[in-house]
Amino acid sequence: MSDVVLTLDNLTIGLPKGADRAAAVSGLNLTLRAGEVTCLIGESGSGKSLAARAILGLLPPRVTVTGGAIAFDGQDLTRLTQKQLARIRGDRIGMIFQEPMTALNPLHSIGRQIGEVLAIHTAMGATARRARVEKLLADVHLPEPSRIARSYPHQLSGGQRQRAMIAMALALDPKLLIADEPTTALDVTTQAQILRLIHELQREHGTAVLFITHDFGVVADIADQVAVLRQGEMVESGPRDAVLNAPQHPYTKALLAAVPRLAVPVRPVEAQGLVVLESIGARKSYAAKGWFARGRATRALDGVDVQLHRGETLGLVGESGSGKSTLARAMTRLLAIDSGEIILNGESITQLTTKALRPYRQKIQMIFQDPYASLDPRQRIVDVIAEGPIIHGAVPAEARLRARDLLRLVGLDPSAAERFPHEFSGGQRQRIGIARALALQPEVLVADEPVSALDVSVQAQVLDLLADIKAKLGLSMLFVTHDLRVALQICDRIAVMQHGAIVELGTATAIFTAPRHPYTKALFAAVPGASWNQSIPAAAE
Amino acid sequence: MGAGLKRFARNRMALLGACVILIVVALTIMAPFLFPAGAFALVGPALQPPSARFWLGTDALGRDVAAGVAEGARTSLLIGMSAAMGAVVLGAVIGGLAGYCRGAVDIVLMRITEFFQTIPAFLLAMLLVVILSPSVLSVIIAITAVSWPGIARLVRGEFVALGGREFILASAGLGASGPRLVFVHLLPNCLSSIIAVGSLLVATAILLETGLAFLGLGDPNVMSWGLQISAGRVSLRAAWWVCTFPGIAILLTVLSINLVGDGLNEALNPRLRER
Repeated sequence: MSDVVLTLDNLTIGLPKGADRAAAVSGLNLTLRAGEVTCLIGESGSGKSLAARAILGLLPPRVTVTGGAIAFDGQDLTRLTQKQLARIRGDRIGMIFQEPMTALNPLHSIGRQIGEVLAIHTAMGATARRARVEKLLADVHLPEPSRIARSYPHQLSGGQRQRAMIAMALALDPKLLIADEPTTALDVTTQAQILRLIHELQREHGTAVLFITHDFGVVADIADQVAVLRQGEMVESGPRDAVLNAPQHPYTKALLAAVPRLAVPVRPVEAQGLVVLESIGARKSYAAKGWFARGRATRALDGVDVQLHRGETLGLVGESGSGKSTLARAMTRLLAIDSGEIILNGESITQLTTKALRPYRQKIQMIFQDPYASLDPRQRIVDVIAEGPIIHGAVPAEARLRARDLLRLVGLDPSAAERFPHEFSGGQRQRIGIARALALQPEVLVADEPVSALDVSVQAQVLDLLADIKAKLGLSMLFVTHDLRVALQICDRIAVMQHGAIVELGTATAIFTAPRHPYTKALFAAVPGASWNQSIPAAAE
Repeated sequence: MGAGLKRFARNRMALLGACVILIVVALTIMAPFLFPAGAFALVGPALQPPSARFWLGTDALGRDVAAGVAEGARTSLLIGMSAAMGAVVLGAVIGGLAGYCRGAVDIVLMRITEFFQTIPAFLLAMLLVVILSPSVLSVIIAITAVSWPGIARLVRGEFVALGGREFILASAGLGASGPRLVFVHLLPNCLSSIIAVGSLLVATAILLETGLAFLGLGDPNVMSWGLQISAGRVSLRAAWWVCTFPGIAILLTVLSINLVGDGLNEALNPRLRER
């Protein structure tokens, strides 16, 4: 529609020898135009972030541009020296990073950091700079700009920090803004606000935006153009509606099919079973420690009553800090609560010692969020899975044999047993984590964000596996997630948590079709790509 | 571990250090055959310069310096290794307890550790040897007593960092007992840093031992490099060889142990590997 700002022409980025492939990005062609948002979407390892960093000349050591050109403003950026690039960075190309806490210097005030950009690239005086900083902070809708300018990064919330980052990136009215997963670290309601802000500013200033993401919902909300990257190669590109609604390449189709729908799948309604796990008035607060910081305890759980029935999947949904993970850990007794009761099969397990608790441990097993941290790096897979049964008195040789069967059950080859965790991908590790939990033949599975660290296609596979196993073995499941779409897919009932309390609890259908609490409504409104998501027919699965 | 050894072998300086240490070990094994008379035997005239008969010369009493260096190597290695081992075990127990139990146990144990760290190490070692009366065992005890705090702090730090990891929680969720968590999961995961730091402790232990022996606080019945230097210092201007050769032996041994320790640290520590 308008003038070209940047062109990637056959861009190839080489990886050092010994990497899993020769080039991080090979032969990438992309044109960014003023006033347009181009989304570069791909799974982890697709090379999307490296492509963005190549534009700014910020590639990690030993990774270099080996071919092609980056044309910006009549110059080839690949041929410029670091000094020349530094003049362009921040001035004519702005950048926003994923984690605003690490991208800001914790020792300098926000105002000073934004002012620094102005001081480097312009001849503005100190007073003029201060005025401009406040204007910029007001532009990104931060309240009380003068107070924010004096604050330090740790005094702001995640969303506020990301707004400050955007203000910094836009300080000199760049022609191009590169945003590398700018909302991934944020809560869903904050994400929606930031996306709206980027959209608004980009329209106002006519900036070209290169937006890197892994989330098709975000693409649907913000993109004009979409480019899909797989293993460093662009498999499809085009206008948003064309790519989202009529994908051509099988990979794009597969990715889109894996995006969880914002809809409740049709499920046979079953009679509610007996209560298997229950929390009564659970309270937990984290006191501010230290001699000087007295008081100000954080309430993670504020009198939570919740019941898990036999055979059902109960979802705990909420944003970070809502207490959902704390509740999951409290109900598995991995965390002691201050008051209240945790009841398993009618028996209180709140006060039991480690030893007395052991027989009950067998009945509740947990699946963890981070597949890279939840397996002991020094244990072979077979030992990881057989550990539980051995603790509970199984004959080691038999437990190891059974571990192989379990690997087959979770869709891995039994030959995986002799290998170490680092030889597996995130999705495979999560399957191993599930096998470990199943090894004790539990009655209740507690899954703490089991798919949020996984790519969308792997996410769908792991969710299917969980649903499948749950049905096959007749388990009850407590499923913690921040993603309403995932919760709707897998849960029978959903509990929405905010500030350590359950604000709404109902069947998935009821929560979806008629949310009552304003917070639930806000969560639904903030789901990225909500309107697009609902437009896809469920039959596409 | 195999990959770690390969990375270690790629470090030339560390490999060189390992070779020197092997030579020193070989020397200690061969000492009784090379010098059957022993290091204390008066084998020739006093203060003979290095010659074909006495490779490294003789000292003021007519003892063979070469025999002293060879036997001193055994003393240094024995005391260095035992003291480092003792410090690693003691430090791991105290640091492990503090890091695993946390709370009051942690506070008490760490204050004790800090107390030991603030006392000048050499003075405390001297004091202990004097109290226990000089012998190989008391020197080992004294060096252990001043070397463990570093290991304790390291192990505590690793335990605290690992304790929050999900695989420890997962294991606790399976019903694992405290000892199982410590010995199956926590210790193996910080073993590589313990080995790396422990190997460097051997070098400091050898230096402490020579220092004590130089001051006459070593075992009087055991030849050691420190004792040799101490004996030769009065005749330093007339007979340079008496002090110089044990000194070179100390320098080479300590330097190579440090090189090996750095090599191990680099090979086993994933945080340094990225560079």
